[in-house]
Amino acid sequence: MEQLSGGDMLTRALHDEGVDLIFGYPGGAVLHIYDAIFKQDKIEHILVRHEQAATHAADGYARATGKPGVVLVTSGPGATNAVTGIATAYMDSIPMVILSGQVESRLIGTDGFQETDMVGISRPIVKHSFMVEDAADIPMIVKKAFHIATTGRPGPVVIDIPKDVTDPKVKHPYEYPKDIKMRSYTVPGKGHSGQIKKAVEALLGAKRPMIYAGGGVIQGEGAELLTKLTQKLGYPITNTLMGLGAYPASDPQFLGMLGMHGTYEANMAMHYCDVLLGIGVRFDDRVTNSDTSKFCPDATILHVDIDPASISKTVAADVPIVGSVTAVLEEMLECLEQSQQAIDAEALETWWQQIAKWREKDSLGVTPHTNGIIKPQQVVQAVHRITKGDAYISTDVGQHQMFAAQYYGFDKPRRWINSGGLGTMGFGFPAAMGVQLAFPEAISVCITGEGSFQMNLQEFATCMQYNLPVKIICLNNQSLGMVRQWQDMQYGGRYSHSTYAESLPDFVKLAEAYGHVGIRIENLGELDAKLEEAFALKDRLVFVDVMVDPEEHVYPMAIKGGAMKDMILSKTERT
Amino acid sequence: MRRIISLLMENEPGALSRVVGLFSQRSYNIDSLTVAPTEDNSLSRLTVMTSGDERKIEQITKHLNKLIDVVKLVDLSESAHIERELMLIKVKAVGAQRAEVQRLADIFRGQIVDITATALSIQVTGTSDKLDAFIAAQAENTVLEVARTGVCGISRGDKVLTL
Ligand SMILES: Cc1ncc(C[n+]2csc(CCOP(=O)(O)OP(=O)(O)O)c2C)c(N)n1
Ligand SMILES: [Mg+2]
Repeated sequence: MEQLSGGDMLTRALHDEGVDLIFGYPGGAVLHIYDAIFKQDKIEHILVRHEQAATHAADGYARATGKPGVVLVTSGPGATNAVTGIATAYMDSIPMVILSGQVESRLIGTDGFQETDMVGISRPIVKHSFMVEDAADIPMIVKKAFHIATTGRPGPVVIDIPKDVTDPKVKHPYEYPKDIKMRSYTVPGKGHSGQIKKAVEALLGAKRPMIYAGGGVIQGEGAELLTKLTQKLGYPITNTLMGLGAYPASDPQFLGMLGMHGTYEANMAMHYCDVLLGIGVRFDDRVTNSDTSKFCPDATILHVDIDPASISKTVAADVPIVGSVTAVLEEMLECLEQSQQAIDAEALETWWQQIAKWREKDSLGVTPHTNGIIKPQQVVQAVHRITKGDAYISTDVGQHQMFAAQYYGFDKPRRWINSGGLGTMGFGFPAAMGVQLAFPEAISVCITGEGSFQMNLQEFATCMQYNLPVKIICLNNQSLGMVRQWQDMQYGGRYSHSTYAESLPDFVKLAEAYGHVGIRIENLGELDAKLEEAFALKDRLVFVDVMVDPEEHVYPMAIKGGAMKDMILSKTERT
Repeated sequence: MRRIISLLMENEPGALSRVVGLFSQRSYNIDSLTVAPTEDNSLSRLTVMTSGDERKIEQITKHLNKLIDVVKLVDLSESAHIERELMLIKVKAVGAQRAEVQRLADIFRGQIVDITATALSIQVTGTSDKLDAFIAAQAENTVLEVARTGVCGISRGDKVLTL
């Protein structure tokens, strides 16, 4: 058998696992590994400028491709810098493997230089973690890590590697395991047939049905089957923030996103439905609003998820189904095919008429200013037009994120790259890099805010080094807009530490300083032309600084403590 | 509601901290916790006494099952089971008190395991209630030290927790 050092084993194991791209940043504890990387040509390493960006880039790559993202960081500060990105991936169930260097085994526990207990620090934000004690275990640990990260409900897995384990002088026989058995880890597959039958019967018997689909459908590659089922039934459907693209937004059966900033019609249909099919969702508080006792008062709740712990966690399910979305959807479709039961067409017609009335409210309608001031929503609409709705859109967190979710209709899964669960400012730009690396020919857009962008702007340099022509659309409202909105609504307009107009950098010059193109847009009249100009520069990174109306709020907005039907619709109207 | 959850987990470093971490992270109670290897060296058995309503207990067992190191789990309190706890208790005892402590120990089927001129150390096993009662039965201000193991248990009858 081949004899390899720990460092060489790692790169070989990654290659044997099918990894061709990793994101990282070197340091003392991982120098043996970096030397191993230098000596091979199978895996490309992207040098970011901050470890947090490595995790977000790997995350963006994973969200866009469905393949696990891989990160390599050094011990101590390298590892702690990665923590926010690991937590971000964990909250959104993104497959990721993080290799973190550790001090030499003999120094562990001595407060050695750059020692930190990475397994301990990351414990609550990983699906699992490993500490490598013996180089000979590397192939098996890598195999297990990828298996755990990518199956079931996916998530990040940390492998902590003491420096001595990768010593180039110590060699071990190398063989990559073909398969693994773990007695303590089984992956749910098919759902319970009896339950599925019950769910289909409930769906067919519904008078006011509603389908509520989330990120699990995208992660589980169930979008196509879900679309088929939804269209076969002819029922209304909504997607969560994480589920955008699971059902084509341009289809008339789609009611838009639901929840805190969901459309009027989606939230109303949720509240008044009598049968709710929740699939790949977790009844998160941004959907249900804070008081779950008011949630969907009349509905029989059918809940499909791969994670049993997600079922009946916040809202009790009447028909719980644990299984992979594809297996369950396939069986539901079969069941539907064979069922003698007919849909109550009359009731459905009445239900759609009701929904049409709700739609007339036009809760996402935008009234343009006549004085040339740009509304942020108009920018997203223009980006949609120019990219023909076919771009990958990464965002940061804030108003711009919600505008992007509301106004860029996603027709395909994996196009919407966003930190939903953790809500991490600084996510968007590095995530867009990961997307661009995965799909060099695609349009990778980062819709950001001037606040969030400043949290990871050092990645301008990475984009220069690797020629990543990401398009950054900054909805510059000169404030931490979402914070400001809450201060408007709940704190009498006292803008405590949410504005900084006088100290903003000149983003155009900043982009230029890194060798990129910067464009500023200040007037509605120039919006389309200048955006077109930006997108025409296909092989350049372009930072577009769009000055938008700082007074704008995101609506609809759920009324705290209310039911889903309780919404603020504008500065002057509520339900 | 008081519940006793017993589980088998991989005898690996970090496994215990994952279980304990889960409880603190999701703010579940740990009333007592015992853990030790089983007849199979690759497995540890952990027993945790916790409390909560049906919904909470269901979440606790689901989340425990999700931990990669947890191989198998049983909620002992769901059916007939035997539970035991061991206590070592040191009480001040001089003069006539010594006989009294000895008598109490006999009633509770405790054993005196150490003795000095002024104190007695007693080992008592049984349910947590029984141990509580033994402590309560001691004369005022005589209890010097208490060390309890926490609850462990097994199901009654043929039912077993194995792989
Ligand atoms: C790392 C981090 N810190 C703080 C927050 C809280 N937060 C949420 S939105 C927001 C404002 C974001 O400002 P900006 O990026 O300019 O977006 P805008 O809302 O103005 O569109 C803040 C501070 C967060 N989500 N993430
Ligand atoms: Mg802003």
